[in-house]
Amino acid sequence: MARTMTGAEIVLQALADQGVEVIFGYPGGAVLPIYDELFQQEKVRHVLVRQEGGAVHAAEGYARSTGKVGVVLVTSGPGATNAVTGLTDALMDSIPVVCLTGQVPTHLIGNDAFQECDTVGITRPCTKHNWLVKNVNDLARVMHEAFHIAKTGRPGPVVVDIPKDVQFATGNYVGPSNIQHKTYKPKFKPDQPAVREAVDLIAAAKKPVFYTGGGVINSGPKASQLLREFVRLTGFPITSTLMGLGAYPASDRQWLGMLGMHGTYEANMAMHDCDVMINIGARFDDRITGRLDAFSPDSKKIHVDIDPSSINKNVRVDVPIVGDVAYTLEDMLRVWKAKAPVIDKAAHKAWWKQIDGWRARKSLSYKANKDVIMPQYAVQRLYELTKDRDTFITTEVGQHQMWAAQFFHFEEPNRWMTSGGLGTMGYGLPAAIGAQLAHPKSLVIDIAGDASILMNIQECSTAVQFDLPVKVFILNNEYMGMVRQWQQLLHGNRLSHSYTESLPDFVKLAEAYGWKGMRCDHPVDLDDAIKEMINHKGPVIFDCRVAKLANCFPMIPSGKAHNEMLLGDDVSDDEIDKAIGKEGKVLV
Amino acid sequence: MADPLKQSHYPSPLLSQEVVSRTLSIMVDNEPGVLARVIGLFTARGYNIDSLTVTETEHEKHVSRITIVTRGTPAVIEQIKHQLERLVPIHRVRDLTLEGVSLERELALVKVQGKGEKRIEALRLAEIFRAQVVDTSTEHFVFEVTGKASKIETFINIMRELGMTEVSRTGIAAIGRGAATL
Repeated sequence: MARTMTGAEIVLQALADQGVEVIFGYPGGAVLPIYDELFQQEKVRHVLVRQEGGAVHAAEGYARSTGKVGVVLVTSGPGATNAVTGLTDALMDSIPVVCLTGQVPTHLIGNDAFQECDTVGITRPCTKHNWLVKNVNDLARVMHEAFHIAKTGRPGPVVVDIPKDVQFATGNYVGPSNIQHKTYKPKFKPDQPAVREAVDLIAAAKKPVFYTGGGVINSGPKASQLLREFVRLTGFPITSTLMGLGAYPASDRQWLGMLGMHGTYEANMAMHDCDVMINIGARFDDRITGRLDAFSPDSKKIHVDIDPSSINKNVRVDVPIVGDVAYTLEDMLRVWKAKAPVIDKAAHKAWWKQIDGWRARKSLSYKANKDVIMPQYAVQRLYELTKDRDTFITTEVGQHQMWAAQFFHFEEPNRWMTSGGLGTMGYGLPAAIGAQLAHPKSLVIDIAGDASILMNIQECSTAVQFDLPVKVFILNNEYMGMVRQWQQLLHGNRLSHSYTESLPDFVKLAEAYGWKGMRCDHPVDLDDAIKEMINHKGPVIFDCRVAKLANCFPMIPSGKAHNEMLLGDDVSDDEIDKAIGKEGKVLV
Repeated sequence: MADPLKQSHYPSPLLSQEVVSRTLSIMVDNEPGVLARVIGLFTARGYNIDSLTVTETEHEKHVSRITIVTRGTPAVIEQIKHQLERLVPIHRVRDLTLEGVSLERELALVKVQGKGEKRIEALRLAEIFRAQVVDTSTEHFVFEVTGKASKIETFINIMRELGMTEVSRTGIAAIGRGAATL
């Protein structure tokens, strides 16, 4: 049933029909008609951020903690350009985001009008798709298409650019329908012969490993359930990328910890030495593979991915399966159960023995200190004191992010939100705000660094305005720690501009925003301070003063293979000096 | 343009293959910005474009056909195809070189200036190439020549010696032989 309404009304009606409850935005000249419409309705709640970049990260945090689409509304020009980092972040991490941008009236497009920019041009490479809607009668269809494309297939961000005259114009509204898109047809169901081939390979494996990623989380809670069932049925070891943490419970014996550049020794060694690798929803990213020509040299590789372009992009695989993780695991389980294969238990026992040997190296160990809070210890205590609660964790980017990934353990999916692909400093606070909005009663903590937190510190105001009791736990070492670590590894310890001089007093800063500010600088006081933070009803900035020069280990140095890890406990300065060769230096 | 062999941080055995030339036919929905999406993808990912032609082919269905001649290792070509298929307004992508015998044609307009012997020679050679004279004065010809890219190349090389002053080429249009359609 077509109904006539204004473009701005169409936007709000489409949002309501798509089940949108919350949008994150910032008003401006070119979106005023939509803001006017927002003012006059009650279905969609608007959360005012303090900078548009924060809006997109907040939408990402909302999306990742709920599995729903995150929605953003910003104005033209600077509103749109400020959103670009967040859009790119969402593209890299496959997060469903619909970003609505205002645009100057159609007759001014191309005129260098006030607050005009080529939004669709600028966002074309950092979105899954985008539209400039020049005709109000296309608006409803495009809005529904935008949601469909953002959330299906490999999810991602989309932009709908709406000129101001289109917001005022009247046109026909159509509701969401099941009309097949002309060209966009993602494949969900895997090819059965490939599934059977994969199951045969898995059944015959002597040294198998599951390597899982963000695709399991994106596929929904059912995918995590099926993964658990399959992994337990086989008894095989499992590791995951940064993006996939929580899909498999970290407390389980089969869990090897995260893999990759700062992954555990056992996870990386198992990847290197395995004979069958079962990649489910991961993309062989360079943080994971290390040196490609030495990547898991003797294994047969199975790769399940919903995006055909991920397959054979970095690593040639033996059994590619294009499909949704949940559908594929369901089929794999069915075939596995029907075949009831006899697996080589003796070989698996020997494989586990080898893995346990690697585990015994305790690659995450660090030198404890009685007088100074070690950053690892801080995360460990934070985990111990919050693990029995309903907790969501976000992070910024850097050493603290890796320590959080190593020492905070997740039992469930959608509990861990971090900027993986793009590595966006400033992600954590707005993402925490988005997550807290979706889960008002839960404990939401941004594990932050002293440098990263300043990149979107303005969002403290947002938390206050909307009564969001987020906790920001800053591992404050007064350095951009990861930059400093790399300068030590690669550049003769010349710490060029990585010392965060003139840091604010974080306690006073918190108080200036109306937050509670806390500081802790001694291990003896840490537990009580963390408890105080948790028990505080409002938002808290916790300035945790940690050891200044701690490095994040273990580490696969750039240009090296999985079996050439630097381990933290026994690494000498000389080894650090020689760890990265000439070729490795040019890599990031 | 970026080296097509460097698509990763790390040296990859995948990419140490021979570089080949391929003709891709891309059927797209003729919506605003679709060409920018295709070209942007090539620049963003460091792929090469040797030739590009695009125009609407089915007006009622709003379908355009883009023909791209590109170079890369087979693995890179496979990536290009998958990356193109990921773009929302793309109907389908076919590797015409890989999928059997195809026809490839190009049209060029070649302006040749001169008098006397060279002028006569240019006209004589144009006949051999079945090039049409589409514009002329006492001092110049504009030839229209069609054929495979290699034929056009040869024609241009010859005309260069005979006073060629300007050339405009369409780029390659390609279609598969036989009754089967894209």
